[in-house]
Amino acid sequence: MRTVTTLLAASALLLGAGAAVADDHDRIEIDGVVLTLRAPAPAYLENMDEVMSGWLFRSEETQALQLDDFDNPAFVFLDQAMDDWSRVEGSEGKSCASCHEDLSGFAGLKTVLPRVVDGGLQTMEDIINAERVNRMGAEPLKYDSAAMNRMVALIGLQSRGMPMNVAVDGDAAPFWEQGRELYYTRVGQLDMACANCHEDNYGNMIRADRLSQGQINGFPVYRLKNAKLNSVHGRFKGCMKNIRATPYKPGSEEFKALELYVASRGNGLSVETPSVRN
Amino acid sequence: MKHTGVMLAVVAFASAATAAEIAPQDVVFEGGAVAGSLTGVPGDPASGRKIFLNRKKGNCLACHANADLADQPFHGEVGPPLDGVADRLSEAEIRGILVNSKMTFEDTIMPAFYRDEGFNRPLEKFKGKTILTAQEVEDVVAYLLTLGE
Ligand code: HEC
Ligand code: HEC
Ligand code: HEC
Repeated sequence: MRTVTTLLAASALLLGAGAAVADDHDRIEIDGVVLTLRAPAPAYLENMDEVMSGWLFRSEETQALQLDDFDNPAFVFLDQAMDDWSRVEGSEGKSCASCHEDLSGFAGLKTVLPRVVDGGLQTMEDIINAERVNRMGAEPLKYDSAAMNRMVALIGLQSRGMPMNVAVDGDAAPFWEQGRELYYTRVGQLDMACANCHEDNYGNMIRADRLSQGQINGFPVYRLKNAKLNSVHGRFKGCMKNIRATPYKPGSEEFKALELYVASRGNGLSVETPSVRN
Repeated sequence: MKHTGVMLAVVAFASAATAAEIAPQDVVFEGGAVAGSLTGVPGDPASGRKIFLNRKKGNCLACHANADLADQPFHGEVGPPLDGVADRLSEAEIRGILVNSKMTFEDTIMPAFYRDEGFNRPLEKFKGKTILTAQEVEDVVAYLLTLGE
């Protein structure tokens, strides 16, 4: 059994529904890797002092599922992704494993995505599809699909514990600005912006849910609600539909820009992939 | 085709009823308040209570705690508790907050419940629609007026 230690004030886990957000949790340890759950907010976040993992806002039962990879239901999908990894597909008769000896070389990749490549934003999904199409001669995967989300999670896992560190300046600046604009723009019949819930009201209950900061350092996440891995763009889409707004499409330029901006709001938090949420 | 006559009669009746209503763009605000009824039909507090709870209607409980609904789980914390709201606010103020809360609280997260235009990317099925009908607004006003000492 892998050891699970909750560092610092383990006895003060008081996050049951209705209880206040525990203020004394800074780090957790999963499979020997320490994850930072709170970090000083980057300077460009004018309205916040501290960035916080979504884990902190969940119930004790949900939190516990993420603390041990044997309990974490996401790992069923990661096993499937390992099978995909070594399955030959496409005209070149190759699998990912034909060229990549192992996955550990991808450590750190998730921390810098999305990033600008050839004048456009590149996400993990884009990389995976480019590998399939250009190196394997295989069909691209649907952007927000089970097969894509589990491969994104498998490569993301290699960075677990490393701090998120996407670039916000240089050639990323215009995309970051676009994402920021989307984050603060009210949409839908309920006329709300992401910031209304995830910046102004994190920590507050909204009906049965405790609002978090809407961080994406743990994505793809396993949700108890739908018992599968959920992508970043899938989550954005869900939040937009809840406020009765027409969502952008998964893989769209808008969602990639929003992903860059939201990722930057979590710079300094550890990669937690695959996290567990309700 | 036997039912056509009946159908037409029903449609005519429905539009006559809406004609008596004040359309969203015709609501007159004095500050944040709206003095007159939107329909002329007295609100039904029992119906208002249901709308307050209903996730697809008011869903007020998502953001506001309310001791009158202590039997219901999950009271929100985004807005202030509405206990005793009838002692703090007049009927006109409450109606104004429901029709368009932004006329009272600039930049609020609270949705405008009787507004049907000016939205950015509304879902197709809600385009040109208000969240609550005029009578539903009156019902919720009537319900909130029961939340006093
Ligand atoms: C024909 C050989 C080949 C195949 C098949 C292949 N790759 Fe690659 N892949 C490469 C090479 C070469 C590079 C670039 C070398 C490097 O930077 O390490 C690379 C780079 C990558 C990167 C890093 C990209 C970056 O910018 O850092 C990822 C992630 C990746 N591959 C994933 C995959 C996945 C997933 C598959 C299977 C769907 C796959 N690869 C299939 C050869 C291959
Ligand atoms: C009406 C309030 C509301 C709005 C507006 C809203 N969300 Fe959410 N969002 C939620 C709720 C509730 C959850 C689930 C609980 C939580 O993590 O906050 C959630 C969850 C999330 C999560 C998952 C966090 C995690 O740790 O798993 C992300 C990411 C997210 N939202 C992003 C966004 C973005 C981007 C927008 C704007 C397009 C947005 N949300 C708009 C209510 C909202
Ligand atoms: C998304 C959250 C949200 C929803 C849903 C919501 N409200 Fe509000 N409401 C607020 C907030 C926040 C305030 C405080 C004003 C402010 O500063 O933004 C408020 C203020 C009020 C006030 C003024 C309270 C006082 O004491 O001054 C009333 C009355 C009110 N809301 C009624 C309702 C009713 C009735 C509904 C349902 C039809 C409702 N609200 C739905 C968030 C919400």
